[in-house]
Amino acid sequence: MTADRTQPKRLRAARLSPRDIAHVGSSGLRSRPLRVVLSALGIAIGIATMVAVVGVSASSKAQLLEKLDKLGTNMLVAAPGDALFSGEEPKLPKDAVGRVSRVEGVEDVGATGDLERSVRRSEKIPEGETGGIAVKAATEDLLKVLRGRTASGTWLNAANGRYPSIVLGHVAARRLGITSPGQQVWVDDRYFTVIGILAPLPLAPDIERSALTGWAAAKSLLGFDGHPTSLYERSADDAVHDVRALLAASISPESPRDVKVTDPSAALQAKADTEGAFSTLLLGLGGIALLVGGVGVANTMIISVLERRYEIGLRRSLGATRGQIRIQFVTESLMLSGLGGLAGVVLGAAATAAYAASGDLPWVVPLWAVTAGFGATLAIGTVAGLYPAVRAARLSPTLALHAA
Amino acid sequence: MSLRRAERTYEGAGPGDGVEPVPAGGHPRPGPGPRPVVRLTGVTKEYPGGVAALRGVDLDVGEGELLAIVGPSGSGKSTLLHIVGTLDRPTAGTVEIAGHDVAALSDRKLSALRASRIGFVFQAFHLVPGVSARDNVAEGLLYSGLPRAVRRARAAEALDRVGLADRMRHRPHELSGGQKQRVAIARAVVGEPDLLLADEPTGALDSASGEAVLELLHGLNSEGATIAVITHDGQIADRLPRQVRIRDGQVVHDGGRAVQDVPAQGAVAR
Repeated sequence: MTADRTQPKRLRAARLSPRDIAHVGSSGLRSRPLRVVLSALGIAIGIATMVAVVGVSASSKAQLLEKLDKLGTNMLVAAPGDALFSGEEPKLPKDAVGRVSRVEGVEDVGATGDLERSVRRSEKIPEGETGGIAVKAATEDLLKVLRGRTASGTWLNAANGRYPSIVLGHVAARRLGITSPGQQVWVDDRYFTVIGILAPLPLAPDIERSALTGWAAAKSLLGFDGHPTSLYERSADDAVHDVRALLAASISPESPRDVKVTDPSAALQAKADTEGAFSTLLLGLGGIALLVGGVGVANTMIISVLERRYEIGLRRSLGATRGQIRIQFVTESLMLSGLGGLAGVVLGAAATAAYAASGDLPWVVPLWAVTAGFGATLAIGTVAGLYPAVRAARLSPTLALHAA
Repeated sequence: MSLRRAERTYEGAGPGDGVEPVPAGGHPRPGPGPRPVVRLTGVTKEYPGGVAALRGVDLDVGEGELLAIVGPSGSGKSTLLHIVGTLDRPTAGTVEIAGHDVAALSDRKLSALRASRIGFVFQAFHLVPGVSARDNVAEGLLYSGLPRAVRRARAAEALDRVGLADRMRHRPHELSGGQKQRVAIARAVVGEPDLLLADEPTGALDSASGEAVLELLHGLNSEGATIAVITHDGQIADRLPRQVRIRDGQVVHDGGRAVQDVPAQGAVAR
């Protein structure tokens, strides 16, 4: 046989380039935009819900952590421990502030001392109605250690701390009905002038519910014995661990067990963690929406295959292999759900942004949530498209051509 | 095409009275002539339920031929088109296309055969809506493995060949029926197939457009293309150099007009 033009050559099905696959896969979508929008919507709602749920809780957590960061995690509080045996209540020594300030790493030390007194709006109010407000003596450095500030008025200092002047925590001020400095409150058996009201102190909620007088005034006017009941200490971040180990022994070398050391930032940290744990219920709802969306995509793909039997037959006659028909429809399904996923991520991020803006939170959408959401849509697209694609590929070309 | 085949004309064996089937294997095969593009031997196609669409069909199509496969509906000509086009496999008999035994080919190889050797033209055109004429034609090369730029360049050439060089950017809905069919023909020939199968190519066209399409097919044939036109229309069939008449799944007539009647086509047939 001569090597003429019709001599059988090896037959090899050509591969489609990725670009051709994308082109062929998107051709069905381009011709039916409305259907694409509607069937991608289901996926979009599912993904948007999941991204928003994760985003909102992440934003809330970020806000708490931001606050925590501002307040610092390097503050420790020392207080008298519980009495192991009946008898004398343990007390912190009078010079505890001085002792702690000599511990290496400690930067600021402040203290309060509980006074067994009540504070009232006037002497006409019965003594029993304390409103849950404690009266405490406070050292001048206390506010600095707590990183607090006064919302109005001034803080205690060496001068006003010797006179019947008082600074109220913001909860205490609200309960007493004090709105501005200059007003007077009744403590023990005399009026004290309110010189300042504190801003909220998330790290020291008990101070928020206290009326604070100067150390000297407490001693001279209210019979304070000078033993601090809470000692607040702030150190460098890397020294916290060492200071914590030394604190009790420094305050009370003879009986360190009588000193209880706590870390108020731990409670806030725990709160941040619970805020960060997104609602499983909402996440489950998003998952169901996603599943329904996936069923919608599968349905659309089956209809698409039925409608386009002639196109399938034509492509087979143009030389498309079964595999190439299969990949065309899987690609179409992937694009359909991918489009929904993309829209869902954008919607979810926008919903999170709206929530964050309304609550003055930082806007956080975790990357893992976006990646996981998008990955889920691609998985759904593959699964939803596989069966219709296999059906399309199995279609006999002659039957497909007869369909029209 | 040869004089020898013209002598085998069964005069008067029209679709009406052609009850006498051509004996199977009764044809002398063309000897040293051009290698056949299509060779069907004893091809039978039975559908589940015992309906036989084709019963022992022998058919040779040589390179450069222009023939009509003609028969009334239900005669089996569509089944024959599908089998020659390798879209379907026979239940018995052998099919050779461009030297390949179809029965021995996998789906992938069969697809490659269609992509490189066979072009289809359909009655209803089947152009992709919303896509330019040029891109529709380029779609005919999509499964050939050629890069996109080459596909588009060849599509432009093919459109030029069918006389639509000025309609490259037009979309199907902007074209007349005849123009659409010419785009479809361009799509079928853009890959320079060994065989062009046209299924009722003028069926959806008015007579003037149909005339133009037939002229185009004649022209392509004179340039060397091997073309089989499947039709139920005896008039169209009679204008082609060779007619294969099908009835009840059998070839009842295989021959051409007297060569002296159609000197032009006779010359082209080499």
